[in-house]
This record gives sequence, C-alpha cells and structure tokens, in this order.
Amino acid sequence: MGQASALRAPTPQPLPPTVKEQALRPEVNDAHVRFIGLGKTYPGQTQPALQGIDLNIRHGEIFGIIGRSGAGKSSLLRTINRLEQPSQGRVLIDQVDIAPFDEDHLVALRRRIGMIFQHFNLMSAKTVWQNVELPLKVAGVAKAERQRKVRELLELVGLQDFHRHMIYQLSGGMQQRVGIARALTCDPAMLLMDEPMAALDALTRETIQELLLDIWRQTNKMFFFITHSVEEALFLGSRLIVMSPRPGRITHTFTPDFNRRYLETRDGRRIKSSPDFIAMREQVLGIIYGDELAAHEPAHA
Amino acid sequence: MPKPRGGHKPAAPGKVYGAPGAGYSGHISLITSIALIALWFLVTSAGWVKPLFLPSPFAVYDKFVSAMTDGVANSTLAEHAMASLTRVFSAFLLACVTAVPVGILMGVNRYARGIFDPPIEFYRPLPPLAYLPLIIIWFGIGEFPKILLIYLAIFAPMAIAARAGVRSVSIEQIHAAYAMGGTRMQIVWHVILKAAMPEIFTGLRIGIGVGWTTLVAAEMVAADRGLGFMVLNAAQFLASDIVIMGIIVIGVFAFAFDLLVRYVEKFAIPWKGRI
Repeated sequence: MGQASALRAPTPQPLPPTVKEQALRPEVNDAHVRFIGLGKTYPGQTQPALQGIDLNIRHGEIFGIIGRSGAGKSSLLRTINRLEQPSQGRVLIDQVDIAPFDEDHLVALRRRIGMIFQHFNLMSAKTVWQNVELPLKVAGVAKAERQRKVRELLELVGLQDFHRHMIYQLSGGMQQRVGIARALTCDPAMLLMDEPMAALDALTRETIQELLLDIWRQTNKMFFFITHSVEEALFLGSRLIVMSPRPGRITHTFTPDFNRRYLETRDGRRIKSSPDFIAMREQVLGIIYGDELAAHEPAHA
Repeated sequence: MPKPRGGHKPAAPGKVYGAPGAGYSGHISLITSIALIALWFLVTSAGWVKPLFLPSPFAVYDKFVSAMTDGVANSTLAEHAMASLTRVFSAFLLACVTAVPVGILMGVNRYARGIFDPPIEFYRPLPPLAYLPLIIIWFGIGEFPKILLIYLAIFAPMAIAARAGVRSVSIEQIHAAYAMGGTRMQIVWHVILKAAMPEIFTGLRIGIGVGWTTLVAAEMVAADRGLGFMVLNAAQFLASDIVIMGIIVIGVFAFAFDLLVRYVEKFAIPWKGRI
C-alpha cells in the first residue's frame, strides 16, 4: 500500500443493517436465491416431498429443474415466493431469510418476483390488456405509467393487436404470452416458471422457448423454471438439476450452453438435432428413467 | 370400414360431437308455445272442458281488457301490477344489497360462514307460508311484512349462490394473484368477485323467480291490491278467467325480467361457460 493511500482519511461506511432490518428487507433487485437444507413434508404425509435441498442460484442464470412427477419441483419453486411454506431449512433471497416476512413484506417481495403457470392462470373475466395491467394496478402504479408499460410488454410478446380480446378468445400459446407479459409487468428481479409450456403444443412450445430466451437476453434476469421435457430443459437452461421423487432430492447437475448457442445462431432446430444435444438428452433421460427401466429389465443368467 | 349408406343426414352437433344438447332451441320453444295455445283453443272451442274449469282464450282476453279499463277487485290491472311489482322489486333490490355481500363474506371468511350458515340453512327449506303467520304476528299486516316475506324467500338462494361462486374460484387463480403481490382485499376484489359473477347472476335469476312464486303467499293476508290478491280474490268467486289472466300476467312479468337479466348477463359476464 502506498503512503498516500495510507494517510488518506477512511471513507465513512454506512452502518450495517441490524439483524431485524436485514431479515425484513424485501428488496430482491439483485436476486440471488439460496436454499439451505430445505425440506417440505405435507400434512398427513409420512414421506417428505423435499429433503435436504442445498442450492445457490446466481444472478442472470436460467436455472432449470427436471424430474418425474412427485419429485417436489413445484414445491421447491413455490418456496421462493412463499406460496409454499418449507418444513425445514431456509430460503434466502439476496442473503435475506424470507421466513420471518409478515404479510406486507411478502406482498412487497412478490411484487418483485414474476411467475408463470402451467395453466396460465389468467383472469378469464378480464381482457388481455387488463390481465397484463393487473400487477401494476395492485401495486398502485399511476395510470399513465401503467399504459406505457402494458403497451411495451404486449409489443414484446407480440400481442399488441389483441389487447381488447378476452382470454377465451386466444389460443393456448397466446394465453401463455399474456402470462409472460403479466409476469414481467412489474419489472421483476426474477421470473419463476412452473411448467410454463406443459399445456402447449410442440410448435408453440418452440416459439415460446425462443421468446423466453430473447427476453432473457434483453433483461438478464434470473429465470427459474421447472419442466417435464428434457429437450426444453437442455435448450433453455444454463444450469439444470435432476430431482428424484419421494423424497425430492437433487441427484445430478448439468451445465448446458445450448441457450447461448441459440442466441448466437438463432437456429433452434439445428441445435436440438446436434449430436452433443442428443447425447446430453439421452444421458438425462437415462438418469430420470434409469431406475424404472432397470426395474423392468429381465434378469440375465 | 362400413360404407356410408345413401340418404343419411350428416351427424348433427351434440350427437357424436359437441356438447350434448348443443344448438339453437328457440324455434322449438316457439312451436311448443303455439301448440299449447292451439290446444287451449281446441279444448275450449270443442267444449271438452267446462268454462268454469278452463275458460276460452277469448274470455280471458275479454277479462284482460275489462281489467285494464274498468278494473277488477276495486283496482285496475295496472294498479294491481304496480303494487305487486313494487313489492317484488323492493324485496329483490333489498336482497341484492344484502344477500350477495353476505354470500361473498361467507365464502371468504370462516367466521361469517359459521355465523350465517345455521340460520340460512335452517329457514331455507321452509315454505314461506309456514313462517307467514309469525311475520304477521311480529310485524302486522302493512306493506312491510309482505315485502319481508318475499325478501326472506329470495335471500337464501341468492346468498348461497354468491357463496358457491366465491368457493368455485380455483386455488391456482388465487395463487396467481398472490404471486403478483396482491393483498387479501385486492384478491377478493379483482379475482374472486369477478370469478364468482356467473354464479351470482344465476342466484339473481333464481331469486327473482322465487320472489314471484312467494308473491301470492305475501298477498294472501290483508292485501287490497296486487296480482296475487287479484288471483286469490277471483278464486273465491270461482272466476277462473281472472285467475288465468292473473297467472298469465305474473308469468309474463317474471319471464320478461328473466330475459332482461339474461341479456345483462350476456354483456356483463361474456366469459361465462368459457373458462
């Protein structure tokens, strides 16, 4: 260290937050999700749905979970915005434990986390515009700002000409686009996706996958998704965990980079038919269905 | 594969595709109505039934005209109708502003459900005539007890429909609203109420129907005007032409209001049945 810097007066540092302040701080702008020893057992069940989950999810990561039904994927995802309450362990968002959050802090936290659902869960009683506008309305955003934001998001998902339509007038793919726009309305720090493409046909699924990757590149938000489709998981995810059922545990981790390759080449079909994609897909499939296949294999002499 | 035989019509909606019973049925209803009226003409003009039991459509029409101009039972038909409409709609409006909120509250609050459930479930199956004497003992024979009787009959089905509407909202929709940071009140307002609207409207239709069916009971005691009173009074003199005329007038009013509610429903809740 030089003399000049040694003699310089120390820069006043802000006081660190107290434990209580830190615990109640709902900001998750710089999202970083941490699960520590997380477990979940539903009332009346003996087998835990989740057990011993330890995970760190970085900013700007597309993090995917794949596994068979009953692996606890949805339960894990929903502990992030406390739609599910863990039975053991902790969830930290930006190093803040969200367990002690009261109703007001939870509301504030959830307004910073977007969520997309398998069955879209749009409000059938509202138009496309009103659905996308709803999170801003509940957050008390002024009308002019709401209009600007909704217009911008409908353009992003390509539904600017359908803003007056009722939800039932849209196809499944269009409904999920509304779901994506709605999830992004409050400029969330992260996006949770609970099997976002499970209810869509194969072609629409590919279009929505590509749309999600475009949005990810533009926003650099953390995406956290769960899926049953190995192909989708590999194509979207920059990190992927495989979970085993009953109890839900993490068994394997993969770090594919097909999403970046798609954003460079814009050729999803070619990537999905490339030998390394197929090899990884078979490897993941082998893990997921390995036990089941082994159980059905005839015993060799 | 069996070959299609010539002369057969293509399969219609609701038979091997589409929802059972799909398709327009208005023309069938119209034909049924015309057939019933024609049967009435036939039976009375052929003299198969005595006029005392079933007067002819002409006799009923003549009575309608004389009731409109000269009046019947000391009032014109318009005055009778106005008295009944005031009673039924006062009770209906009162039920709208009380039964619907109570039903919603029962749906979203367990204390409200616990409080309102026993009295509503107890009196709901009782015929209004059973508690009419009690209402007369408590509140006398003025206008209020008549409206109260109709109101009580309407209240229960409307409250139960509103409660059922609230309970029909899927937990996933509620989770979606929670996930976007909605507070409890916002979820009730923006999600639950909207989703409950179809059942609330069904409750309104059932309620107004019940209101009209209770009208005669309400006008049984110490009424001097009203369609129910007019019918009951005519029955005492075996004036079946007035009875039938009164029944038709009540039926027309009830049907017209039901059509109005259906029309409003079509615009207010266009998503009904499409979720």
